[in-house]
Amino acid sequence: MLKCRTVWKKLAPLARASSTVCRQNVRRTGLTSRRIPACGPVAHMSTGPAGGGRENQLYILLVGAAGVGGALYTYRTVKGDSQRYQDRIDEISSRSYKRATAEPATSIKSESSVIPEPEPEAAPSQEPEAAPSPEEPSPPAPDAEVAAPETTELPPADEPVVEASPEESAEPAAVPVVEEEPLPPSELSPLTELLPAPVVESEPAAAESPAAEPTEPQPEVVAESGGPAPDSLKVPSHTPYLLIGGGTASFAAARSIRARDPGAKVLIVTDESDPPYMRPPLSKELWFSDDPGVTETLRFKQWNGKERSIYFQPPSFYINAEELNSAENGGVAILTGKKVVHMDVRGNKIKLDDDTEISYDKCLIATGGVPRNLQVIERAGEEVMKKTTLFRKIEDFKSLDKVSRNVKSITIIGGGFLGSELACALGRRSTEYDLEVVQMFPEKGNMGKVLPEYLSNWTTEKVKSEGVKVISEALVKSVVCKDDKLEIKLKDGRLVKTDHIVAAVGLEPNVDLAKSAGLEVDSDFGGFRVNAELQARSNIWVAGDAACFYDIRLGRRRVEHHDHAVVSGRLAGENMTGANKPYWHQSMFWSDLGPDVGYEAIGIVDSSLPTVGVFAKATAKDTPKAATEKSGTGIRSESETEETATSPVASLTLAPTAEQNKDEYGKGVIFYLRDKVVVGIILWNVFNRMPIARKIIKDGEEHADLNEVAKLFNIHDD
Amino acid sequence: MSYCRQEGKDRIIFVTKEDHEAPSNAELIADDPNDPYEEQGLILPNGDINWNCPCLGGMASGPCGSQFKEAFSCFHYSKEEVKGSECIDNFRNMQECMQRYPELYPQEEDKESTQAEASSSSVSAAPTEGSALPPETDSTPGTSTSESAVSSDSTSLVDNQTAS
Repeated sequence: MLKCRTVWKKLAPLARASSTVCRQNVRRTGLTSRRIPACGPVAHMSTGPAGGGRENQLYILLVGAAGVGGALYTYRTVKGDSQRYQDRIDEISSRSYKRATAEPATSIKSESSVIPEPEPEAAPSQEPEAAPSPEEPSPPAPDAEVAAPETTELPPADEPVVEASPEESAEPAAVPVVEEEPLPPSELSPLTELLPAPVVESEPAAAESPAAEPTEPQPEVVAESGGPAPDSLKVPSHTPYLLIGGGTASFAAARSIRARDPGAKVLIVTDESDPPYMRPPLSKELWFSDDPGVTETLRFKQWNGKERSIYFQPPSFYINAEELNSAENGGVAILTGKKVVHMDVRGNKIKLDDDTEISYDKCLIATGGVPRNLQVIERAGEEVMKKTTLFRKIEDFKSLDKVSRNVKSITIIGGGFLGSELACALGRRSTEYDLEVVQMFPEKGNMGKVLPEYLSNWTTEKVKSEGVKVISEALVKSVVCKDDKLEIKLKDGRLVKTDHIVAAVGLEPNVDLAKSAGLEVDSDFGGFRVNAELQARSNIWVAGDAACFYDIRLGRRRVEHHDHAVVSGRLAGENMTGANKPYWHQSMFWSDLGPDVGYEAIGIVDSSLPTVGVFAKATAKDTPKAATEKSGTGIRSESETEETATSPVASLTLAPTAEQNKDEYGKGVIFYLRDKVVVGIILWNVFNRMPIARKIIKDGEEHADLNEVAKLFNIHDD
Repeated sequence: MSYCRQEGKDRIIFVTKEDHEAPSNAELIADDPNDPYEEQGLILPNGDINWNCPCLGGMASGPCGSQFKEAFSCFHYSKEEVKGSECIDNFRNMQECMQRYPELYPQEEDKESTQAEASSSSVSAAPTEGSALPPETDSTPGTSTSESAVSSDSTSLVDNQTAS
């Protein structure tokens, strides 16, 4: 300090001196230049005339000395800081160890920090191992943390950075939270170009000493080799790839990442207790299984005779979460039963419901959705709610299966994909178990929002023949529980008495994280708004049911189908590993309503659009069952990375041929048009032609005669 | 003969087989095989292996993914007379890894060695087929070609689809 001042004192008069010398020189030249204007002003450097030489040399010398002095001072300060930091760390770790033994309840694992040790030239970072920690310290990840230095010197207000200075004796009893926060070296930044590496900080909530030493960043680590917590896993505090949600999209992304980034470490966090599984069989194939133990095994037989589980992979595929960081070739780890409650986009980290924090480099949000419920049911009270199933997960399947064996009547509210498929599945059981199956919906016919009216009506008849009592144009007014039975009153006065309700009235995309993460939510379609490359922010992607994305061909949309989850999950995984590809490969979807009706569809299939349907008469060969038997593959979804089963076991033989010959809409192709361009296609009982349909939509051309386009499908062929 | 019906905004056309006998005059835009947006087959336009191809199932992404990639890459780029003859070690590593996960890579012990040779020779066929197939069908016919194309265990693997 003193040195600086003295140097400066010496410097000032010299500066003045040299400037006067300068001025004198200039004046001299000014006089001469008047006499010889052509010469122009002569620029005299201060070192020019011999008279100012000595002074100037001294000036330079002193400036140089000042520079060196400054550098030396800085170096000393930093060195002293790091030394002090080290001492503090040691003290804290010893202190925290004592505290840990005293409070076994607080068992948050922490990581040793990585602090930047800026030196004037270089940028090596020191990694003090503050406490025994099995996990590797988070690597200084410049790409992830680059964003952070731009933030203010003090971290954002909602993440109070606490510097528990050892001087403060008041140790907070609160549970310290392990945080990772990059702290910009505030006053050292002019001297160094170092990017601050992620710093692990402890946050004793009570004692906040905001910047006890404001001049330097004081990263602190409270290392707690905590007392053995009963059920907490050792969660890695950093993962390169974090996937929030453990469904189809998430799994597809994990696979994509692992394929493209060798040795990638992927962490899936899901609030379900099951590893990733496929959803379509829950409302189709599993119901038609002959195995009485199917609710446990969750295996189903595809039409080609091959059996498979609904789980994408058996548990041995996944590695344990705590082994993730040390796995040599990386792997996919799953944290089940944990919900992400908070997301900090600036800090690149999330917080779980047990207050654990995990930081990431790249994150995928694949939170899917939650089944919607009818307001009348929600308001009806607990008795009614107990007899209502919102069908989505494995446990819903298990409970509905149990219910269907024990009750006399089940009512399905909803006439879309899920409702109709469940109605057909339960209808199949109705004869076996003496079960009444009722399906009610506000539309005029099944799939009323998808199929054009004539086809919807025809489908409704088919559903009825599966043993379902269909009540169309039904709006539920109220539901009450009377004598252990449910009474559903419709707006037009009809009364339906039933034992159990299944509500299949849509999906509410899960955008809980939007608020804390500051992500945009789409007001038209719901879900997180992302671009054509499924990106919400630079390190955040969204895929699956929760993603409202921009489809280059078809415009902004949100799709709730299985194949879309696979396609978008895979695309998100590709983009997370640097592919930068937009959504281009159009996903498809399919549905089977009994053994007679099966269709595959692609694009925007909305019954409010004008349609052109081209039909042929169906023969007995044109059913979903026949299609899979012929092709021998049992595959419907093409983008599927796994085979999926197609239609259910048709154990009953209907009065087949006679009935089918009456069909007007046995098989065909239906085009959905928007401004004369085909935006959606349904292949009605016509299989294995999806590539042609995909091509037509991709082209996006106006076709004058759609009959000609229909020829491409060869619908008459077997 | 075909006949037409209009129900509101929806048009319904019924066609007989004869109606559709004449080839279609609908025009489709030619596909660009090098379109970066499109889903690629097993072999990318620049000759590399597309590890993310659905046809591979999850072979490249599972616990033995790195061993699989090494073995298959070695084979793919092999210029030996007997293609892949220098890759025996890589394949052995892969098999050893797969044996550690019998649930994921169901072993068919007797068929292993023969299938390894069979698959090695047929992999050469796979690249041309894989890229020729339109990407969408990769997981359908593609699966069958690459079933033999990929290593021994994958045959049962892709069929079973219980593991990758």
